Amino acid sequence: MESTSVKKQSLPAYLEHVFAEIGKYSQLLWWSLRSLRDFSTYYENTIKRMKFIGIRSLPIVLLTSAFVGMVEAVQVLYSLEGRAPYYLAGSVVVESIILELGPVLTALILAGRVGASIAAELGTMRVTEQIDALEVMAFNPVAYLVVPTLIAGVIMVPVLTIFADAMGSISGWLISIITVNMSSAEFLKGARRFFLPWDLIYGIIKSAVFGFVISANACYVGYFTTGGAEGVGKATTRSVVMSCVMILILDYIMAQFILKLGW
Amino acid sequence: MIKIVNLHKCFSSNQVLRAVNLEIHDGEATVIIGKSGSGKTVLLKLIIGLLPPDHGEIWIDDQNIVTLNFRMLQSIRRHFGYVFQAAALFDSMTVAENIGLGIKKFFNWSDQKIHDRVKECLEFVDLSDVANKFPAELSGGMKKRVGIARAIAAAPRYILFDEPTTGLDPETAENINQLIVRLKHELKMTSIIVTHDMHSAFTIGDSIALLHNGVIELQGTPETIRGMHHHEIQKFLIGCFRVEKIEALYEK
Repeated sequence: MESTSVKKQSLPAYLEHVFAEIGKYSQLLWWSLRSLRDFSTYYENTIKRMKFIGIRSLPIVLLTSAFVGMVEAVQVLYSLEGRAPYYLAGSVVVESIILELGPVLTALILAGRVGASIAAELGTMRVTEQIDALEVMAFNPVAYLVVPTLIAGVIMVPVLTIFADAMGSISGWLISIITVNMSSAEFLKGARRFFLPWDLIYGIIKSAVFGFVISANACYVGYFTTGGAEGVGKATTRSVVMSCVMILILDYIMAQFILKLGW
Repeated sequence: MIKIVNLHKCFSSNQVLRAVNLEIHDGEATVIIGKSGSGKTVLLKLIIGLLPPDHGEIWIDDQNIVTLNFRMLQSIRRHFGYVFQAAALFDSMTVAENIGLGIKKFFNWSDQKIHDRVKECLEFVDLSDVANKFPAELSGGMKKRVGIARAIAAAPRYILFDEPTTGLDPETAENINQLIVRLKHELKMTSIIVTHDMHSAFTIGDSIALLHNGVIELQGTPETIRGMHHHEIQKFLIGCFRVEKIEALYEK
């Protein structure tokens, strides 16, 4: 009886908690939107964040996409062997990389590398009163910390995705011409056969959305962190998990509703 | 002048402040004493607008900051410096950048002028040689002093101290006390100091207020406070908490 009543009580409490979180998240985004006019506050930090998200993430993104392209090529060639002409590998490898693997894998890597770091940084600033110190010094902490991260995420994740697409395609091409003696012309023929410019645009739009999600989640959990060092640890984990789940869900939603818009 | 009228603040069911009334006069150092958890830091954060009150008024000169929007509050904060309990220095910046940040925000000064002002502030707190160090390289006392240098950099009219001597050895604590006294005499700043260190309170304060049970129970000069027979004051003065415990043990 007791456990039933606890369950009955806990559901409304849980829902209240969920709605409160959604409210806080929306409030932070609204503050960010309003802080866009405070250009002098966020300009310098935006450049720093772009370097952090973009340039410093480039090696890991290139490494991952290189291996993804290689594995993709090996597996596609294996599937085509004796069943279809090898030049189709060019099409399958390039299309799968620019439509799916490039944007999604780049986003998942950045959710871990960048999202965790930003959530931990903002969380530590919150629990050590550094955000309060900014506010006391008449800075708008949202303009100073959150807006640069959001802008940098939306700009740099697509840039990294373009690099990932290029690296994945190149590594796929190299593996194709090395392992099955396919010529470069054949690979390119396959790559061009089903390629649509919209596919590339769609991949970039998708990565911009992922960039926003990663930075917004990291800022949200970091900005509202409570509970000292333990709270910072939890915020970091939460940021990564939230971003990964949202990336996968949004990936499906965009594939279902946006991909066909370009036709 | 800062005037607090009928201020209330609660967190969930915990009523921290109930009907706080307090006046802080220009040029004076007002010390707020009280037990740990009595709401001293909350009161300080309410004064600077970091927390919104549930009810009441906070008058800074002729403006009630409770009714101000964010932008107007920011312009009021221009006149305040705040020294946090754990200094709250920005980890990613050097000491000089920490101190220069507020100056850059408020004044359209050249880099050289900012550099000179940072140097001046560091000299004031007797830390001329740490400008290029990061906060992680400093001791607790040095961090507090850098925190003071940062708070005074933009020449505020009011400066708020949250437990300035907590966690410091007696010698460093005394240095911080003397620094606060110098701020009052040399820079003519109005200070509000939150502490439970009675030695600090008597050294620094022109006026001492006791925050107890969510209200300012009494306020007076250090001499008046020293002569009072108020129970809580006596506890603070003679460390009565420990004495009571020892008495209770003897009774058992």
